[in-house]
Amino acid sequence: MSLIDLANPTRFLKLAARLLPWFVAATLVAFACGLVLTMLAPDDYQQGATVKIMFIHVPNAWLSMLVWALMSVAALGTLVWRHPLADVAGKCAAPLGAAFTFLALVTGSLWGRPMWGTYWVWDARLTSVLVLFLMYLGVIALWRTVEDPSRAARAAAILTLVGAINLPIIKFSVDWWNTLHQPTSVFRVGGPSIDSSILVPLLVMAIAFALLFITLHIAAMRNEILRRRVRTLRLLAAQAAQVADTRAGARA
Amino acid sequence: MSLGPHADFIVAAYAAAVGVVALLVIWVIADYRRQRRALADLEARGGRGIATGAPTT
Repeated sequence: MSLIDLANPTRFLKLAARLLPWFVAATLVAFACGLVLTMLAPDDYQQGATVKIMFIHVPNAWLSMLVWALMSVAALGTLVWRHPLADVAGKCAAPLGAAFTFLALVTGSLWGRPMWGTYWVWDARLTSVLVLFLMYLGVIALWRTVEDPSRAARAAAILTLVGAINLPIIKFSVDWWNTLHQPTSVFRVGGPSIDSSILVPLLVMAIAFALLFITLHIAAMRNEILRRRVRTLRLLAAQAAQVADTRAGARA
Repeated sequence: MSLGPHADFIVAAYAAAVGVVALLVIWVIADYRRQRRALADLEARGGRGIATGAPTT
């Protein structure tokens, strides 16, 4: 099945109905494995048991950026290719991305307090992620403000593409500026600097959160397609009622 | 499994994650039920209202 075939919302609904149970099961299995590995993971020699916060903080931080990157591709799909499901994908990803970014910020603060001695500092990494969170809220607000989905889609797509400038700033903020946040320790030249006893649970939890995102995103897209059908039917009903009123007025 | 002197922070972080994920799941399921109900309602009225042009409110 090609991407063009998925442009048909009815076909997407059928595919979603087939895929969702599998993704739900895969997500549950991945979380079960990830949480068991998390419990069995050894304490860090410097950070002690607080390293367990990393197993939820890092996957959420990765997803916060990945979801915006996906929204940027969807924004291109809306503006350039006018794919009918591109704006649906972008709209439904925004609340999920906001939730992951919120979790990255909250768990980061809860990790920072015992390790850095503070919940928050206005350094480049933390501030740029906070900006990302505010941009998510901006996209969600835009979708809710403009009633016509096609107009809202174009405005949200432009905002998303502008906001994508923040992604490399977040990624390289720890290299470009002096910051409390530790430098990249997984995706780096020369391989990960984390021991495999901690890296494996981290990667399994990252897979679990990624599967959670895919599952929720498919389900939210299905809901959005249904919402648009409801909106269309209501508009048709309103038009039909108006025609009936006009005819009744003409007879009288 | 001992969480050491900073157990409160670890438990709070996991509780926040569980809370937010639960909210997302509830939101998606509740939204699906709402849309299915609205669609079923509109389709049920469609026979009498939408298709015939009669007021549907």
